[in-house]
Amino acid sequence: MKKARFKVDELESDIFKITGLEATVGNFYEEWEETPGPTPMPDISTFRDWDRILLNKYKPFYLPLCDLCCLCTMGKCDLSKGKKGACGLDMAAQQSRIVLLSCAIGAATHAGHGRHMVEELISKFGSDYPLDVGGLSVLVEAPHTRLVTGIKPRTLGDLEDVLDYVEKEITHLLSCCHTGQEGDNLDFESKAFHAGMIDHVGMEVCDLAQISAFDFPKADPEASLVDIGIGSIDTSKPVILVIGHNVPPAAAIFDYMEDSGLEDSIELTGICCTALDLTRYTNKAKIAGPLSHQLRFIRSGIADVIVVDEQCIRADILDEAKKVNAPLISTNYKNFQGLPNRTNDPIDEIVSDLVEGRSPGVVILDSDKAGEAAVRIAMGVFPKRKKLGIIPEEGEIIEYAMKCTKCLSCQRVCPNYLPLPEAMEAAANGNLQPLSDLYESCIGCVRCEGEGVCPNNLKLHSMIIGASRSKIKDEKFKVRVGRGAISDTEIRRVGGPIVMGEIPGVIGIVGCSNYPGSWKDNAIMIEEFLKRRFIVTTTGCAAMNIGMYKNEDGLSLYEAYSGAFDAGGLVNCGSCVSNPHISGAAIKIASIFAKRKLNSNYEEIADYIHNRVGAVGISWGAMSQKASSIASGFWRLGIPIIVGPHGSKYRRALLGRKDKDEDWYTIDARTGKRVYTGPAPEHLFISVETKEEAMTLIPKLCIRPNDTTKGRSIKLNHYIDLHKRFYGAMPDDIQLFVRTMADIPITMKDEILEILKEKDWKESEVPAPDPTLLPRLVRKRGG
Amino acid sequence: MAAEPWQRYEIPGPIKAAVIKNPEMVSILLKKAKKPVFIVGHEAAEIDLGGKKPIDHIIRIARATNIPVVTTAHTMAEFLKSGFKPAASMTSMDIGNRLTDPEWSVSGEDDPHDLALILGMTYYVGFVIEAGLKSFAFNHLKTVSLDRYYQPHCNWSFPNLSIEEWDRHLTIIAQEIEKK
Repeated sequence: MKKARFKVDELESDIFKITGLEATVGNFYEEWEETPGPTPMPDISTFRDWDRILLNKYKPFYLPLCDLCCLCTMGKCDLSKGKKGACGLDMAAQQSRIVLLSCAIGAATHAGHGRHMVEELISKFGSDYPLDVGGLSVLVEAPHTRLVTGIKPRTLGDLEDVLDYVEKEITHLLSCCHTGQEGDNLDFESKAFHAGMIDHVGMEVCDLAQISAFDFPKADPEASLVDIGIGSIDTSKPVILVIGHNVPPAAAIFDYMEDSGLEDSIELTGICCTALDLTRYTNKAKIAGPLSHQLRFIRSGIADVIVVDEQCIRADILDEAKKVNAPLISTNYKNFQGLPNRTNDPIDEIVSDLVEGRSPGVVILDSDKAGEAAVRIAMGVFPKRKKLGIIPEEGEIIEYAMKCTKCLSCQRVCPNYLPLPEAMEAAANGNLQPLSDLYESCIGCVRCEGEGVCPNNLKLHSMIIGASRSKIKDEKFKVRVGRGAISDTEIRRVGGPIVMGEIPGVIGIVGCSNYPGSWKDNAIMIEEFLKRRFIVTTTGCAAMNIGMYKNEDGLSLYEAYSGAFDAGGLVNCGSCVSNPHISGAAIKIASIFAKRKLNSNYEEIADYIHNRVGAVGISWGAMSQKASSIASGFWRLGIPIIVGPHGSKYRRALLGRKDKDEDWYTIDARTGKRVYTGPAPEHLFISVETKEEAMTLIPKLCIRPNDTTKGRSIKLNHYIDLHKRFYGAMPDDIQLFVRTMADIPITMKDEILEILKEKDWKESEVPAPDPTLLPRLVRKRGG
Repeated sequence: MAAEPWQRYEIPGPIKAAVIKNPEMVSILLKKAKKPVFIVGHEAAEIDLGGKKPIDHIIRIARATNIPVVTTAHTMAEFLKSGFKPAASMTSMDIGNRLTDPEWSVSGEDDPHDLALILGMTYYVGFVIEAGLKSFAFNHLKTVSLDRYYQPHCNWSFPNLSIEEWDRHLTIIAQEIEKK
């Protein structure tokens, strides 16, 4: 961005005289080589037609979590069985409104994080600080920002203008959720897509800023490997635990440790995305684990000080910290926790109050001050706390288990209905193994310990952790540090094989740790596709959990597979706000490889991606509103997303109907003719119940109309092979994906030919169209 | 056990499933239905009923009535191992979505389904899919949960049952149907 500056040494007229005037006026964005496309700074209405094209193929199937609407004081209203609420809204519109609300919350959370980050970094480094996410290897540094807004950001200051746009759109989107606004479910859905698109811009801003200012790895496929797991933490030292998503306070802790020569005397560890981003700042930090590890780590007493910033922090963190005498420092106004704001107090007083136990915690909104305080407090409380924990020993667990009445209450409030009563029965008889077996499937929500749930007030989560001591001790793994962007060079190398289908797919495995079963399922699924030479990208808690698994050679998948964006590569992009590097890779394939215009040209790029880039996202443990807005950003680009069974509670799926031939026509841009291209991809958003089901669906959702015969053959081979393995039979829809004989995997030819004959299959007349859903992209009008 | 949602916090709304007190009632519903369909999820192949599994009952019922079975998740493999070929296999979302279509049937040729028996989906997934059917298929489809636990969004559901009671209920349904 440039500003017009002028200077007047002296100007004199009849009525005034000016001397030494200097002024700056307005914002002028430096023009880039591309002229602007049709849609700079789109508003809610701009892509409504595109959204309708997608929503016509992938119609919403609504899954009401509750029959009632409770949002206004005319209610509650029962919307079931065709009824409308007092405001006139029906069930479909209400469910889609909740989807929009969730996406708007998610987008606002990332944008708010981005604003916080950018403001702090500008105050430290100045608004002219240059953005650099990969030097000359990443010339398309901000694919989303360029695509959506038309701004090519060069400095931290430029990002403020991008955020102005993002915040304006989010305000409008949120306003649409108010009573008496939108009434049509598909328009709500379109707005949810808008929120997703905006969210990817907001996240991109955040990661561009932190990569540049903190000098994180820059598109480095060989970013270092760091320790992950509770067992990797040296408990003989003072331990500082950071939780959340906003890394500046955590970075300041390390800076102070280093400046004080204490970097080897204190363990700095973290949970959730702050931990991931901290390891991008220093590979001396360790990751304790994902979101689900919060309580088990705190209750273990290992942390001497807990420092929180924002997002995914337990609302009862102060209560839990008090139980183990660990002082709590809140560093962010989004999360005061009822603590006094001591930002402006003398640091010696703050440190003294917390070390001496006069206060359980404080708010310090200055990162550097919080960093210093955390280190000094950790050193001060370490000899006093003596790692006080509240995890019961074996004998205590057995004693508590004997009090269990097998009322089943704990199981009935558990999100995964884990068999706690059976495990308690075994524990009462001295066998702690069944309790320990629950360790990897427990998401750490402690609903089982809720007031009035257990008649004997047993602390079941702590009992699971206590029964898993040896497991926790061995919880030592390696995770590759988030590398940030995918380089332009990598895009050039793999763009062709992806678009032609010869690399069978790009998988993005992301999201939270709200798994339906063991966290290891994430890694087991992904290992299968790494062996099959898919490209696997990852971020957030999913990236951590993939690391918390060892293959048959005793290696974590990050040790076993390359970090390059290439066939068989496992690419950890970083934290939640690094997700736009995954969607951005798809954009960059259209822009760099296919040379489609990037500047303000969203619709065409999305059309390209939807029809050509065999990408699929999977969020096996999706929990948050942020996860929904991240998914929504993929939907508008036409990229399908699979969620685990808990994802059904997002209240709707976007499903294709492969049995309706008329839904699967695209336009051949060469001739303008409508061509049947099959259900490719079949769905845009779907929840599945088992990992076997997800693994079969992944290669199928990578099929695209543009696949070459070789590419289609490879994709079908993976789909059919996995279907046979898990379903015990050939799939029943092969005929929909075979366009010509050349599409048939050679090793399955006889079996497939038999099916095609049975289904009366006929070869496609146009097996290789130039597929588009946008009539304006037709180069020659035809029938 | 009482007719309340198995997962305590899955509270539905004012309209809740009628409780199936006598399993014989299911055979009557089946007899009255013009075009029933049986939706079977993965838990039907995983739960041990003391040497047998729910799919063993389902196969008996399906063979006696010729009711088409649609399996969800990867349940199909277990049916095939037992020598029974389901009419279709699809995700639970797909079958839920198709059942909201008043013109859809498994065969693609017959009248649409008017009764869906449901067993074996993950509890909370079944909960939301059945809520979807309650609000978007209520004009043409009745739903019956044969799960072990009360599913409030169906038209009829078993109450929460012990394993032994559930096994007995499923056995009675199969026996009643085989009598006819």
